[in-house]
Amino acid sequence: MNRFFVLVGILAVLLGVSVFALLRGGGTAAPAAAGPPPTVTDDGFRGYALGKGDAPVEITEYQDFECPVCASFATIQMPTITEQLINTGKVHWVLRDFPLPVHKYARFAAHAAQCAGAQGRYFEMQDQLFRRHQWAQTGKDPSDLFRSFAQAAAVVDLKAYDQCMESGRFAQRIEYSRQEGDQLQVDGTPTFYLNKTTKLFTSFRRIPTSDDFKALVDSVVAHSPKKPIARPAHH
Amino acid sequence: MRYRQAIALLALFGLFVAIYLWLHALGFGGAIKCGASGGCETVQTSPWAVFLGMPVAFYGVVGYCAVLVVALAALRPAALPQRGWNTLLAALASVGFLFTVYLTYLELFVIHAICRWCVGSAAIITLIWIVSLIALRRSE
Repeated sequence: MNRFFVLVGILAVLLGVSVFALLRGGGTAAPAAAGPPPTVTDDGFRGYALGKGDAPVEITEYQDFECPVCASFATIQMPTITEQLINTGKVHWVLRDFPLPVHKYARFAAHAAQCAGAQGRYFEMQDQLFRRHQWAQTGKDPSDLFRSFAQAAAVVDLKAYDQCMESGRFAQRIEYSRQEGDQLQVDGTPTFYLNKTTKLFTSFRRIPTSDDFKALVDSVVAHSPKKPIARPAHH
Repeated sequence: MRYRQAIALLALFGLFVAIYLWLHALGFGGAIKCGASGGCETVQTSPWAVFLGMPVAFYGVVGYCAVLVVALAALRPAALPQRGWNTLLAALASVGFLFTVYLTYLELFVIHAICRWCVGSAAIITLIWIVSLIALRRSE
């Protein structure tokens, strides 16, 4: 009997090590824009955003392009959130990068999105990266694939895109965002903040739905002091 | 006793498959190791990969954990002659099996993608279910 419990213990350790090895295993060598830069300077950029800047609620999302939950959140929950909360002027939605070190091409994908963003196609590129997420599963160098995504995202000057990727033009910006996330204690992706500082949906890594955001925004709007109604001035 | 041992070992394997898928869903680890077919990513990013706000694999972790703990508890010398444990194991395995049937149905007919890890888990829970039913019959 005791021997069986010892066997279970040994097996548990072996299986634990295998799971760890599976999670650590990587793919092929990464291109230049895929690594962290040696130095980091702030270029003043604070993320691409959706919605009105003066909306009553600001949500900041720290995302990782290689993370499957981020992909499903972006493709399944975001359309409803955009329709109900962003387009109605209730929410200003800010997207920040938080490439996790275990994701080999997360930083590279974030960089591709920034290079598309330099030509005004950030959200289109984000859409490509998340909707055609199979690249995150192959472990292969996705440079060519991302270039085709850029083309599909209507990035006009592909030469400039190539140059941007080769030079790692936005590597510092992405690292700055990651460090900012570190300071805010982002511990996984996606992580959401209300008005820049209040971490949301922290209980047990629950993945929020559009309904959760609607409830949150409604409650924030209901509890915030009403803006004084602008009256015509009397003189 | 043999049946309970078999269930405990199967649950242990199932638990680690579920832990791997859960950690992957939470963003730990790189690309899922799934072969070239690409089914795992399709399944993991589908709308059905999240159930009641949690990744589906999380329920696998909880379920296998419950089966493992109950099977190990049933293997204590004092618990061996007690038949109630077999009923409890069969009940837990049935819940897991039904959930797996539902998930496999989704994979085959709704998502149209098969994830090898999910098939592995489905095979394990099916075996646990069969063994638990045999144990239940034999104990009557």
